[in-house]
Amino acid sequence: MKIGVFICHCGSNIGGTVDAAKVAEAARAFPDVVFTSDTMYACSEPGQDGIIQAIKDNQLDGVVVSSCTPRMHEPTFRRTVERAGLNRFMFEMANIREHVSWIGKDKEANTNKAIELTGIAVEKLRQDQPLFAKQFDINKRVMVIGGGVAGIQAALDCADGDREVVLVERESTIGGKMAKLDKTFPTVDCSSCILGPKMVDVAQHSKIKLYAMSEVEEISGYVGNFEVKIKRKAPYVNWELCTGCGLCMEKCPSKKSKDRFNEQVGTTTAINIPFPQAIPKKAVIDPKFCIKLTKGKCGICAKVCPTKAIVFDQQEEIVSESVGAIVAATGYDLFDISKYGEYGGGRLPDVITGMQYERLLSASGPTGGHVKRPSDGKEPKTIVFVQCVGSRDKSVDRPYCSGFCCMYTAKQAILTKDHIPDSTSYVFYMDIRAPGKMYDEFTRRAMEEYGTQYVRGRVSMIYPKGDKLLVRGADTLMGTQVEVEADLVVLAAGAEASVGAPQLAEKLRISYDKYGFFMESHPKLRPVETNTAGVYLAGACQGPKDIPASVAQGSAAAAKVLALFAKDKLENDPMISFVDIKRCVGCGKCVQVCPFGAIKEVDFRGEPKAEVIETVCQGCGLCTATCPQGAIQLSHFTDNQILAEVNALCQL
Amino acid sequence: MTKYAYYPGCSGQGTSQEYDSSTRAVCRALGVNLVDIPDWSCCGSTPAHTVDHLLSSALAARNLALAEDMDAAAVITPCPSCLTNLKAAVHRMSDREFRLQVNKLLDKPVDRSTPVKSVLQVLAEDVGSDAVAEMLPNKPLAGLKLAPYYGCIMNRPPEVMQFDDHENPTAMDKLMAALGAEVLPFPLKVECCGASFGIPRKDIVAKLSGKLLEAAAGLGAHAVVTACPLCQMNLDLRQGQASAAMGRKFQLPVFYYTQLLGLALGIPQSELGLSKLCVNPRLALDAMYAAQAEKREREAKSEADKQTLKAKAA
Repeated sequence: MKIGVFICHCGSNIGGTVDAAKVAEAARAFPDVVFTSDTMYACSEPGQDGIIQAIKDNQLDGVVVSSCTPRMHEPTFRRTVERAGLNRFMFEMANIREHVSWIGKDKEANTNKAIELTGIAVEKLRQDQPLFAKQFDINKRVMVIGGGVAGIQAALDCADGDREVVLVERESTIGGKMAKLDKTFPTVDCSSCILGPKMVDVAQHSKIKLYAMSEVEEISGYVGNFEVKIKRKAPYVNWELCTGCGLCMEKCPSKKSKDRFNEQVGTTTAINIPFPQAIPKKAVIDPKFCIKLTKGKCGICAKVCPTKAIVFDQQEEIVSESVGAIVAATGYDLFDISKYGEYGGGRLPDVITGMQYERLLSASGPTGGHVKRPSDGKEPKTIVFVQCVGSRDKSVDRPYCSGFCCMYTAKQAILTKDHIPDSTSYVFYMDIRAPGKMYDEFTRRAMEEYGTQYVRGRVSMIYPKGDKLLVRGADTLMGTQVEVEADLVVLAAGAEASVGAPQLAEKLRISYDKYGFFMESHPKLRPVETNTAGVYLAGACQGPKDIPASVAQGSAAAAKVLALFAKDKLENDPMISFVDIKRCVGCGKCVQVCPFGAIKEVDFRGEPKAEVIETVCQGCGLCTATCPQGAIQLSHFTDNQILAEVNALCQL
Repeated sequence: MTKYAYYPGCSGQGTSQEYDSSTRAVCRALGVNLVDIPDWSCCGSTPAHTVDHLLSSALAARNLALAEDMDAAAVITPCPSCLTNLKAAVHRMSDREFRLQVNKLLDKPVDRSTPVKSVLQVLAEDVGSDAVAEMLPNKPLAGLKLAPYYGCIMNRPPEVMQFDDHENPTAMDKLMAALGAEVLPFPLKVECCGASFGIPRKDIVAKLSGKLLEAAAGLGAHAVVTACPLCQMNLDLRQGQASAAMGRKFQLPVFYYTQLLGLALGIPQSELGLSKLCVNPRLALDAMYAAQAEKREREAKSEADKQTLKAKAA
């Protein structure tokens, strides 16, 4: 076997703290190595050409590149050796950047470690065998989880690309947070007027199948062939019969159900349609407040319903869908303002969240668009907005910036002046973060044209004084303490990961950060992909985002799905397990540990044996570690290869 | 009976004898066994902790070391200043380096850390307001409107004190409500009264304490109830100065919560030290008795009305 070794400087990333030339020189002494060199950027075009040239000149059988993380560049170099006529698996990579040069400053020690890692890679390569991928069919349907604006956009784009879409939404209507907004920044155009038509498009699109009031229960399979079980919750109404006429809502005597759509500002009937533009426009019974379901009496809705759609004994059901790709667009939740005891949110009725204020401003909200404060229904004249409630604050474990609160507060200040011309608005802020197109101009308009008083400083305390709220804070530009007597206080609650996001991430087998937001595959270069093939991200489930960014990401995820579906067959990864049938004793331990259900027990000449389902195996290696006989091996990571690596390390 | 190592603190010997004596009396009545830490010394409060953390912690640690031999469930103190210093010392000594430095200064090193709690925490958590309410079913403080004032350090900083909500504490509220008192939603519960600025800057204290009294009076409180000797002094002894600063005359008695607990439990007033308060507590107690009498009268009247109605019906 003839092996070539290439040591990358990665500019000063590796070259700064590793003597690459010395590593290359040392590598020459390793067994089977016939060619070594050090190169400034191995991944660059001349770098790759150099590798190809060396393979041809020296008739190499395998290549080791010592450079950066394989996660980023292993596919690149595999393609390189393939272009030179080698099998792509006759390539090994040693990570001397993340594992060496970036973590230590001692050049001599680093160089020694780089030599050792390179030596391990050479020993591994000596045991490598050419591997060949198999092809499999893909199912060209896509599932979108979450029917907010990002999910709607992704669903519509995929459907317009002529692919069947399954859209799963937890609530009884799609629209998400955007449907609750009165106006959008910085154009101050009506939110439901621009979202409404898109929602209708979803309902009317022949390629989109909508499951509202449904949650993803279980996901199995792999890219191209996912099997998803969906739990359809019981609305206690037969939605095929319900026409959304609203007669049941008019007659329902139980009017204490929490109005989730109006952010608990006010109450609604036990059977209700969340808002006039709801999609699907179907009634749902809140079982906690329905007199029939709690006490067995009433049943008026069933009597008045013209289509006899009410089903009090409806049960939830599980349905299965097969799809080839999944887009997660589960959005965000608002920070719980009651965690700030000093602001009295949740305790004082006139301290509300920005989203609640949005409902007060909205013509379809509980007050018909007239701003009335919750405690006594009076029109507030002095309104204080407090920013960064639950963002940029380590003490409540929310050190990140939510990004859109500066803008929605400016929008609400402008709208307040429009609604109540003789009002005064104060905004307590830390910094104004308005980096989008026309954003800074917009916040300036709030200050300059609408006379909103921006006070730079945090509010320390809010407490009732008579029928007013005394807001105490600091003006850090003036260096003084400030007290404002307000009629209404609006807290700009920050964003946090959606309830249940980590659980969904585990079902999808994707990573999430410590706050519950889903992790993209690469923060810059693969922003809508995950590390699980076939699963993509859109919108605020990946981190707080405003509407334009969510829509852009929804379209981006759809583009990724359509690109995936442009192929008729996918290649599987050949780094999967295989069974040595002679050694296998049929104990079944591997079947039990496989998290993907990729191993089944088969009958081989009257004896039980394990068999790997090649398209399902993900190459995790749990089975190989479990097998008492060493009968099941992971291609490219066999016991012999790993032992060769360990031996090399012990001898160096 | 659970034994607690009691740390009275220096103000209990002087400016707030009534807090100390009422605490002891109430604990005895509620079955909380207090045993004084023998030969206790200064907790390292104001003068020491402002100049030298090591000295201040060593002073506190000396007392903790003495308490170790007592086999008590916790070291407890009525005074929030003492509490802060004792707890801060424990907190700082979780750093091994610092602990070694402290132990170098002590005759007897601190080995294990006995938990440090306020008497309020023990009454709220170990005894509990429900048990108090059960003991006193006839609600002896009914009709008394109280503004509960915790002061700024009883619950803060939260990571050190680890008791109740640091912005909206409710331990004292619950105890007082258990006795039948009407606890007002006092918004300035944890605001600063000016603390020891009373010595260098009387004007600051007068204004800050004035604000507290104004808010309490504005709510219609009959009295303020506190858990801190310094707060009590600023609000009570300096009420004249606070009145002058706010341009109005306050007449608000300022009780220790233990005094009101003691009254409810029927402990003699002499033992509770009610006579040591500067603003006459009679003002509040009379209002309470009047409210109780009025309520009794109202009940008697409605009972009589019922009887008449019954008689008529018959």
